[in-house]
Amino acid sequence: MRDNSIKDRILRGLVWLSAFVTMGMLVWILTYVLMKGMGSLSWAFLTEMARGDGEGGILPMIVTTFYVIAISIAMATPIGICAAIYLVEYAKPGKLVRTIRFATESLAGIPSIIFGLFGFLFFVTVLHFKFSILSGALTLSIMVLPTIVRTTEEALKAVPQSYREGSLGLGASKLSTIMNVVLPSAVPGILAAVILSVGRIIGETAAIYMTVGMAPYIPKGFMESGRTLSVHLYLLAKEGISFEKAYATAAVLIIIVAFLNFIANKTASALNRNR
Amino acid sequence: MDDTRLYAGKAVEEKTYKMKENKARNRFEKLVEAVFLFCAFIAVLSVAVITLFVFARGGPFILEYGIGKFILGRQWQPLGDVFGILPMIIASIAGTFGAILVGVPIGIMTAVFLSEIAPSKIADITRPAVDLLAGIPSVVYGFFGLVVIVPLIDKWFGGGGNSLLAIIIILAVMILPTVVSISEAALRAVPREYREGSLAMGASQMQTIFKVVIPAAKSGILAAVVLGIGRAIGETMAVILVGGNTALIPDSILDRVRTMTANIAIEMGYAFGMHQDALFATGVILFIFIMGLNILLNLLTSKAGD
Repeated sequence: MRDNSIKDRILRGLVWLSAFVTMGMLVWILTYVLMKGMGSLSWAFLTEMARGDGEGGILPMIVTTFYVIAISIAMATPIGICAAIYLVEYAKPGKLVRTIRFATESLAGIPSIIFGLFGFLFFVTVLHFKFSILSGALTLSIMVLPTIVRTTEEALKAVPQSYREGSLGLGASKLSTIMNVVLPSAVPGILAAVILSVGRIIGETAAIYMTVGMAPYIPKGFMESGRTLSVHLYLLAKEGISFEKAYATAAVLIIIVAFLNFIANKTASALNRNR
Repeated sequence: MDDTRLYAGKAVEEKTYKMKENKARNRFEKLVEAVFLFCAFIAVLSVAVITLFVFARGGPFILEYGIGKFILGRQWQPLGDVFGILPMIIASIAGTFGAILVGVPIGIMTAVFLSEIAPSKIADITRPAVDLLAGIPSVVYGFFGLVVIVPLIDKWFGGGGNSLLAIIIILAVMILPTVVSISEAALRAVPREYREGSLAMGASQMQTIFKVVIPAAKSGILAAVVLGIGRAIGETMAVILVGGNTALIPDSILDRVRTMTANIAIEMGYAFGMHQDALFATGVILFIFIMGLNILLNLLTSKAGD
């Protein structure tokens, strides 16, 4: 008995310790980067052009990041939603669905460097899109597709069956039931999917580095190269150009991601409340 | 009379019109369904095209250069046309293995904490924290590793700090969120009766958790580990920033190493010709590792679904 209780205490201690380590790492990273970065974070830093290879502000990086996000999301979201609708509302279990699911899982498991290789090979080289916003956005839209499909699927599955039965019973067709009844109820879930994907695109480096390139200017069009915030941070840190600017850029990234997470949590809890 | 006939005629007209409309509507619905199916199929298409392109570009090089010479070669000297990636394969495997060794126990224990023993107020803070940990960009992890972990390793163990050990520590932290959230879901899926039965037999809470609940959640936890391995072996930017990137087989955990992913990302910028082919070939080997993991994961999850 006594032996057990000592063992129990040790195990319980280890469990608490592990949770503490997990939380501790987060707090350590957040406080360290934010404390060091806040000093050089200023309005000018956010709104000025970059000078040379790392000095000056990060306005071009913010604009490029925004472009890449906007185009990737604009391409991936409709496709992802339609795919999820097929999987939840139409598909009958069988070989086809198993293949689609396996492919979606596999796509989610492919590392970003492989997406980078593919994007470089296919969009940059074969299709002659060069290092450009477009090449990057096309690559990234494939990369975030599994996130959108799976999260939307969850949202659609969460819509009660009785909604569909009610609509069909009133004589509505399957399609109009989906469009007018099922999809509107799944909007918060779909929104969460989009927010998650935005976070993933902001944090992506390897695939963007190999498809969008690293030109530190505001791109004039979608066929031009640019440098996203993450790539900028990578270059600053890797080349040791300016640690002060690197801290500030890392702080900006963390603030954006924390903000997105906050919104995603709010959307998710709104979804739960509706149920 | 005329009126009735008129009405009758109109009704017939309306009926055929409606049937036509129904037919058109049906055709439209079928068309939309086909569009949905096509969208769902884009994932399959993407995987196929990505695999095809990467293999078509890297595969011929491996065959030409000799698969044994490529994956067992200890020298990587692009200028002398010597391309052996054994050091990179070893670095990738060692880094991933170390990260799993450190990260998985902490992750599973954190999941146990969240699902079994945390007071709900603490769990409500911890869960979003784990989500945030998942959302932090990998380059930020790498930067943090570079400015905090690397100097610490240098201070404690010497050797500059850029090392396999630094990679292991950073990757261990990076896989935590994956391991925690998937394991937690698996633990939560274990029916309450299991716990109640064990407790009623006189087992303590810890005995119940470690002897009943965790074994019952085994396949879900294994899936979490496999996903963690996938994340660790595929990580690129963070590893480049802390690893030192020397393409030699490490003798100790404090040696500088270069992973397969780092090899591709570092040299792709200026490589051409055979050198570039060799980098795509490195991608092929990495891809084979990942595909193996995906198949393993698929087996695990489909087993859990039964």
